[in-house]
Amino acid sequence: MKQFLIFIKKECLHILRDRRTLIILIWMPIVQILLYGFALTNEVKNARIAIFDQSRDEATTTISDEIAASRYFSLVKNVYSYDEIGATFRKGAIRMAVVFPRNFRYDLLHTNHAQIQLIADASDPNTANMLINYATSIINDYQQTLNPDQSLPYTISAQVRMLYNPELKGAYSFVPGVMALVLMLVCAMMTSIAIVKEKEMGTMEVILVSPLKPFRIIIAKTIPYLLVSILNIGCILVLSVFVLDVPIVGSLWLLIGESILFTVTALSLGILISNFAQTQQTAMFTSMMSLFLPTLLFSGFLFPIENMPVPLQVISNIVPSKWYYIIVKSIMIKGLGFSSVWKETLVLVGMTTGLLGISIYKFKIRLA
Amino acid sequence: MRTLKFLLRKELLQIVRDPSILKILFIMPMVQLLILPLAADYEIKNINLGVVDHDHTQYSQRLVNKITSSGYFRLKDYSATFPEAMQAIEKDKADLVLEIPAHFERDLIQENKAPLLVAVNAINGVKAGLGSGYIQGIIQDYNQDVRDQWIQQPRFNPQPTIEVTFSDWYNVNMNYRVFMVPGILVMLLTIIGSSFASNNIVREKEMGTIEQINVSPIKKWQFILGKLIPFWILAIGVLTIGLAIARFVYGIVPLGHYATIYIFASIYLLAILGLGLLMSTYAETQQQSMLVSFFITMIFNLLSGLFTPIESMPHWAQVITWFNPVTYFIEVMRMVVLKGSGLADIKMQILALLGFAVFFNGWAILNYRKRSG
Repeated sequence: MKQFLIFIKKECLHILRDRRTLIILIWMPIVQILLYGFALTNEVKNARIAIFDQSRDEATTTISDEIAASRYFSLVKNVYSYDEIGATFRKGAIRMAVVFPRNFRYDLLHTNHAQIQLIADASDPNTANMLINYATSIINDYQQTLNPDQSLPYTISAQVRMLYNPELKGAYSFVPGVMALVLMLVCAMMTSIAIVKEKEMGTMEVILVSPLKPFRIIIAKTIPYLLVSILNIGCILVLSVFVLDVPIVGSLWLLIGESILFTVTALSLGILISNFAQTQQTAMFTSMMSLFLPTLLFSGFLFPIENMPVPLQVISNIVPSKWYYIIVKSIMIKGLGFSSVWKETLVLVGMTTGLLGISIYKFKIRLA
Repeated sequence: MRTLKFLLRKELLQIVRDPSILKILFIMPMVQLLILPLAADYEIKNINLGVVDHDHTQYSQRLVNKITSSGYFRLKDYSATFPEAMQAIEKDKADLVLEIPAHFERDLIQENKAPLLVAVNAINGVKAGLGSGYIQGIIQDYNQDVRDQWIQQPRFNPQPTIEVTFSDWYNVNMNYRVFMVPGILVMLLTIIGSSFASNNIVREKEMGTIEQINVSPIKKWQFILGKLIPFWILAIGVLTIGLAIARFVYGIVPLGHYATIYIFASIYLLAILGLGLLMSTYAETQQQSMLVSFFITMIFNLLSGLFTPIESMPHWAQVITWFNPVTYFIEVMRMVVLKGSGLADIKMQILALLGFAVFFNGWAILNYRKRSG
């Protein structure tokens, strides 16, 4: 036991005395969580639009003003022909154009029927859909003010209740995803270098001839990085709550516990990679390539997993971040307890044991 | 000029004789271009619907049928009570729950109005926004059906109504692939270009072969150009393969000219390779250069508007994207492919990238030292 503690102390000193790396390890997650937490969102706001008003009357001005004043749109241009709309779209200057026909107000008041055309740049289909929804509801509101005591017969009124995230903020789904991405990358990359470095420097020989068992060597390698990761989790959670405004509705301790479990999974993945790699370069390259894209694609925060073809859905199950993402959403945003996430927790525990098991089994006590 | 020719010959031979590099260079992007777009599908079409029907009448049945036959919703859960349906939402079995109150049919026919409750899991704001939009549209349609059944429509509207029509330009079928594939191709080009270029000079440093170049009469600019041109040719090759995959696998034919894409790509590659070489002149070891180039390309790609729209970012982040070459290429690629933009439409972006290219390469030439230590 004493040997073991000394070994852990040696590993801690390794990290503490390499100031530059330590600073990177602590600052990289903070910078990334802030950068991505703020910038990655698909909430629609300030979409640039143009208005083609052929009527220029009281009604069209009011509607235009209301659209321009909403937080979803910002009016960048008034255009005067359909050709000009096309040209502006081709320059990428606008996302949507609103077209009022001639005699809009006259038609509205005399024939009780007038048209507004919305032209959306559907290159990005979802944004186009949302812009049309928002614009339509602004126009409908205006119409309501025209007929205040309207009571149509046989009216179904649907009341919509947005659960968990009434303002439809993008951060609620992106911040948990960014947490999974950053923790995975930092933890796995840190440890993947740990063992390979000893191989490259030649100090591995010293460790191999020591009486320490492979199991203990691996645990001792992981512990200091685990401590750094716990510090990272703390920073990330503080930033999410106080800077990014994503609340923790459920139990904080459960969330911390699950996060530690996830970091252990990531660390053991890193250990496994470093077992197979011969040089630091291979180790880093493998952990970047095999972790960055899969985490980004398959954790489900950028693209819905249920839309993917079945083989990819199956593959997504072996990506640890997918499970962590579900857990974080459930605890942090839905406020659920352990009884709702025990299955996902079990998957992570299983993955960790498996990864550590393979690493220990494959750990070579002989040099090649 | 003759020196440059020999230098180019040396670099090309080095690349061609290392089959592992060629393999990574061509096969990796092809495989990724075939797999990634399948995963990167953000079309909202499979919304899981839960229904709580307290009414159990022909009317409530018809409403549910109308919703499920729209193609956007999959009926996943039929609960007896609302709390049960809420559990389905908690477990992610349902994304959206429709509660039809008791006496829905009777209230609608006799009292002239009936309420409905739609509860949406809004953690994913986009899915919630679109899903509730779809279901409200369907409910309105249904409402109109009911009215048509009971009352004779007057010939003129009794009250002023505004009809909103909409048209979706450029991507009429609302196909997500057409939007993602060109962007993903840009991302792959960027990763390959910057990582190979950034590794290159450092490798000569580590292997010690840079000394030979340093004592030769090769000028600094010749050295940098000699490194730049071979990778530029290879990257154009990768782009060609990528465009071919886009055309023959995904059926994406650009509305604009291929020439526009190539002209822009040529300048873009100069910029991104220049950036790689610049990092390479600073780094001491391959590990350093790889870590830095990975970090930078990750930020470039995530903040490029490829995955999330740039307008949605806070202002300071938008300012950062102005200094991101990837943003410009993704924007241009989508404009040319989807909207048929020509050179005149993208002149600002071309100027910006020329600026990047001159800046990065100039800096790389200045920073490359023929003296060691």
